[in-house]
Amino acid sequence: MRRRGKGYLFFIGLASLGIAAILGGCSKVVLLHPGGPIGNAERNLIIEAFGLMLIVVIPVIAMALWFPLKYSASNKKAVYAPKWSGSLRLELVFWLVPVAIVAVLGYLAWSKTHQLDPYRPIEKGVRPINVQVVAMDWKWLFIYPDQKIAVVNKLVFPVGVPLSFMITSDTVMNSFFIPQLGSQMYAMAGMVTRLNLKADRPGVYYGQSQAFSGKGYADMSFQARAVSLGEFEGWLEKVGRSPHKLDSLRFKELQKPSTANHVAYFSNVAPGLFDLILRQYAPMGSMSNGKVPATTIDILKSAAGGH
Amino acid sequence: MTNSASTLDHASAEKPGEQMLTNQMFGFWIYLMSDLVLFSAIFGTFAVLCHNYAGGPTGRELFHLPYVLLETMLLLSSSATCGLAMTAMRDGKKTLVIVGLALTFALGLGFLSLELSEFHRMVLEGAGPGRSAFLSAFFTLVGTHGLHVGFGLLWMAVAIVQVGSKGLSAPVQSRLMRLSMFWHFLDIVWIGVFTTVYLLGVL
Amino acid sequence: MFGNLTLSAIPCDDPIIMGAVAGSILLALAIVALITWLGKWSYLWNEWLTSLDHKRIGVMYLILALVMLLRGLSDAVMMRAQQALAVGSSQGFLPPWHFDQVFSAHGTIMIVFMAMPFIAGLMNIVIPQQIGARDVAFPFLNSLSLWLTVAGALLVMVSLGIGEFSQAGWSGYSPLTEKLYSPGTGVDYWAWAFQIAGIASLLSAINFFVTILRMRAPGMNLMRMPLFTWAVLFTTVLMICSFPVLTVALALLSLDRYLGMHFFSNTAGGNMMAYVNLFWMWGHPEVYIVVLPSFGIFSEVVATFSGKRLFGYKSLVYATGAITILSFGVWLHHFFTMGASPDVNAFFGLTTMVIAVPTGVKIFNWLFTMYRGRVRLTVPMYWTLGFISSFTAGGAAGVLMGEPPADYVIHNSLFLVAHFHTMLITGTLFGLIAGYSYWFPKMTGFRLNELWGKRAFFFWLIGFYLAFGPLYLLGLMGMPRRMWHYSNPAWHPWLLVAAGGTALIVIGTFLLLVQLFVSIRERETALDPTGDPYDGRTLEWATSSPPPIYNFAEIPVVSDIDAFMDLKEKGVAYSRPAQYHDIEIPKNSGAGFLIGVLTFLLGFALIWYIWWLAASSALAILLLVIGRSFNDDIHRIITAPEVERIENERFEKLEAARCGRLAGTNLSFGLGERSKT
Repeated sequence: MRRRGKGYLFFIGLASLGIAAILGGCSKVVLLHPGGPIGNAERNLIIEAFGLMLIVVIPVIAMALWFPLKYSASNKKAVYAPKWSGSLRLELVFWLVPVAIVAVLGYLAWSKTHQLDPYRPIEKGVRPINVQVVAMDWKWLFIYPDQKIAVVNKLVFPVGVPLSFMITSDTVMNSFFIPQLGSQMYAMAGMVTRLNLKADRPGVYYGQSQAFSGKGYADMSFQARAVSLGEFEGWLEKVGRSPHKLDSLRFKELQKPSTANHVAYFSNVAPGLFDLILRQYAPMGSMSNGKVPATTIDILKSAAGGH
Repeated sequence: MTNSASTLDHASAEKPGEQMLTNQMFGFWIYLMSDLVLFSAIFGTFAVLCHNYAGGPTGRELFHLPYVLLETMLLLSSSATCGLAMTAMRDGKKTLVIVGLALTFALGLGFLSLELSEFHRMVLEGAGPGRSAFLSAFFTLVGTHGLHVGFGLLWMAVAIVQVGSKGLSAPVQSRLMRLSMFWHFLDIVWIGVFTTVYLLGVL
Repeated sequence: MFGNLTLSAIPCDDPIIMGAVAGSILLALAIVALITWLGKWSYLWNEWLTSLDHKRIGVMYLILALVMLLRGLSDAVMMRAQQALAVGSSQGFLPPWHFDQVFSAHGTIMIVFMAMPFIAGLMNIVIPQQIGARDVAFPFLNSLSLWLTVAGALLVMVSLGIGEFSQAGWSGYSPLTEKLYSPGTGVDYWAWAFQIAGIASLLSAINFFVTILRMRAPGMNLMRMPLFTWAVLFTTVLMICSFPVLTVALALLSLDRYLGMHFFSNTAGGNMMAYVNLFWMWGHPEVYIVVLPSFGIFSEVVATFSGKRLFGYKSLVYATGAITILSFGVWLHHFFTMGASPDVNAFFGLTTMVIAVPTGVKIFNWLFTMYRGRVRLTVPMYWTLGFISSFTAGGAAGVLMGEPPADYVIHNSLFLVAHFHTMLITGTLFGLIAGYSYWFPKMTGFRLNELWGKRAFFFWLIGFYLAFGPLYLLGLMGMPRRMWHYSNPAWHPWLLVAAGGTALIVIGTFLLLVQLFVSIRERETALDPTGDPYDGRTLEWATSSPPPIYNFAEIPVVSDIDAFMDLKEKGVAYSRPAQYHDIEIPKNSGAGFLIGVLTFLLGFALIWYIWWLAASSALAILLLVIGRSFNDDIHRIITAPEVERIENERFEKLEAARCGRLAGTNLSFGLGERSKT
């Protein structure tokens, strides 16, 4: 019994050490050091929700320690009430306290889910940088449709400008995720998902696939650089000068499974490449009435049944 | 509470053998409910995929309602003959039970043959289960029902032999009752299939 | 002749796999040799393999669970070791194809072939006794369920040496599991093993649902059922409603793979989201299927060792019911990041949080059962207390993930892995080990060694915190799950800590085996002559340990929640009936075992496209089932004099125990205040 008390002290010490390490602000805990407004809001939500739950967790752990020690069989002085098995007042507390906490958490969930909807543009009226993301075996293809360039395994974007991603997959399911900027989003063949992010401070972030996709999954990471507007334009120009063009032939080559790919730049991306990638997996095919889903949004509507 | 206590007292007053037979009826009911969940999951999948023709043929092009109506009539009348067999069982008329079951078997076999020949025709037309997600879901939903009917037929054949060799003993009667539950259940599922797959597919 | 099976299917060039295979084969040969040497084959066949006695079947389930626990644990060790090594340019010792098989096998085994058989084992041993019944409703079906589960487990084990296991995770998301992306036999092994075990579980669920609803002792109305029985009843409801969905998900995937259909494929209109939905419509109830029985065990253990009536019985029942219903409405939280509308995500986030309320209520009720009790800190109580605090913290992490925007960053990270391991290790496994320790004397007639049990517990608990604490942190550091290697050096130290924690868990598991070994060797010192070693409250303690095949010579009449305690207080717990009656019990049957063997062959044949074998084993199964249906002579009678002889022996033992206690030897372990009565 004594041993049990000591054991618990040890665990509590260990747990507080762990929490201290997080709160100590170790910058490697990237989710707690976001680089943009979405990540920031999600970090705050995590901390708020966690704090709220401590209202239940701490008393429970305290009681789990205290009761067995206080009412231990060796303690003959303690009150013993073998038939005492109910108390309306206590039962009400047991039900209502969790209900109250869940009500607050539920309110948070409802409002924050709408506020942080990945499909929601971050700033209305500001023209975002559009990026089309294609998950491939096992690399990421980023198409900048407005600039007609494409990059493999590297994402460069300006600080302070909203980013609007359209995400699909040319293979199995993956999840597009830049931890420090916030929300991830699944990439699925034949469907488009959307994600809106923004970086507030310049830096080199790390992006990865967050959903297991086979042999090369562990190396499916990419650099995400948030740079100044000037630098971004310089980079666009540099990619635009790339001798490689992304036509359907080159794309076929890219489709071959490969791991740990180097960064590759493409200029002159065939227009509508993203739609073409999607069209390969269109669920309706050419429909019997001869209608072909015209836009990605149509495909999306029919496939996902939402948005 | 008091209610369940009294039913319990009643249950424990039964002889072990009788209790086993009532347990079997109840257990079989529960199995049928789980089978209903199974069909619901397949129905759900069909509903999700029923427009994913992938450029292939649609239900409107493939289904012939009069043909399916004939199938339906066969299955529905097989339920009626099955009911006849059950009444005969309650009256203790062994031969009539066998005749009723044999009729049910024949009608069920007719249903299954029509279904299989429809499948055969569709595969020959290039509308096999691999053509599109819609057709995969169609063949699987209708085929799962068909598979159940097939097992029902096998069971019925065994039942006929058992009635013949063992007479209408308590265990045989209990099995017949479960068989008829199963058969009626398949009827109900077929109504669902007929409506969601064929009617909605053609209309 | 052998379908796709050729000699090249055996990975002879891989020393790790070949080592494991050689080890398993040697162990199996050693067991066979031992049985032959002891001349126990006919004993094994007559008393165990063909037995329809629920207690024997339960013990066999437990043995299966133990073996699979060791296998699943060695997979865990390999994963932790790999991630402790494979940082930066280091490749560790497992290539990706092997690592991917290891984590897929670990998940599948631990859920389907460890937790489920463990639960089925305890259910089998305890439920009929707890409700005052002589057997389950369908003894033959029970044996069939066991052997089907074994067939599935055997398929997983065979995949180790012949071919490969799935490399697509235990949840097997399509389209990765489609033939195009996983052409090998791995996914087929996974799908068939899973499918067979799923059907076995469904049959088991129907059996226990009927048993509990129809076979309770007179007077035990629903609101007098022990909490473990309640928990199992709700579990069976969950299983009956959810397992058919799993059957469908796996069957449709197999149709895609075998017949080229397009349910979940990328092309021709398939919809992979349909698979994910179907899988989790089973998968989330499954989480509660494995946790509710443990909740029931904790309820029993806390009440018994607090020497006190369970606090808030009705609350606990309603809370369990609420969890059962709500668990069908949360599955979408497994994929908040699939792009559903915020209304949908928020709705499922809310249901996820609401389910925490009844769970919280249960925890408070357990705590207040100890309040004003006489708490005996025995081994089962250690596991229970370890559970309460860890589970609450892990549950908080779960509620956190129920906030969809929080999930957007934590999803599929090691934080998620840490969360569900907290729930499944402390929630499920701790409960099952508590139940194993608690009911061990009931199975065997002697108690488990306390000291080794406590040692094992502390290694498990400390190991658990060290192994999974760092994973929470790593998740917040952005580390995804399932990485066979990684380049971020900041993750490395924490993965080393996690590997250390895993080592402690391994020691803890070894100590559980030591405990078992020591307890068997020193069984004479820990006998349970009364059948009631802990001053128990429920009916399973009213039988002798181990009970006779018929459990109760005379079915007890129940008039209280704590039925046995009530009988003891009235002084009628050990009264002899005026007259004994003949008792009808099921005859042994080898058909369940044979169907198990044939199902294994069927699965193996399907995996390797050996069509003649598949067809002939399917036909043989059909013939066996039909053949059994012709057999109406399935019972045998234990005559009243025989019952009387067995019962007299028991009362002699009881008398001796009572005298022993009066003479001062404390035979009845842990008997607290009430030993005076």
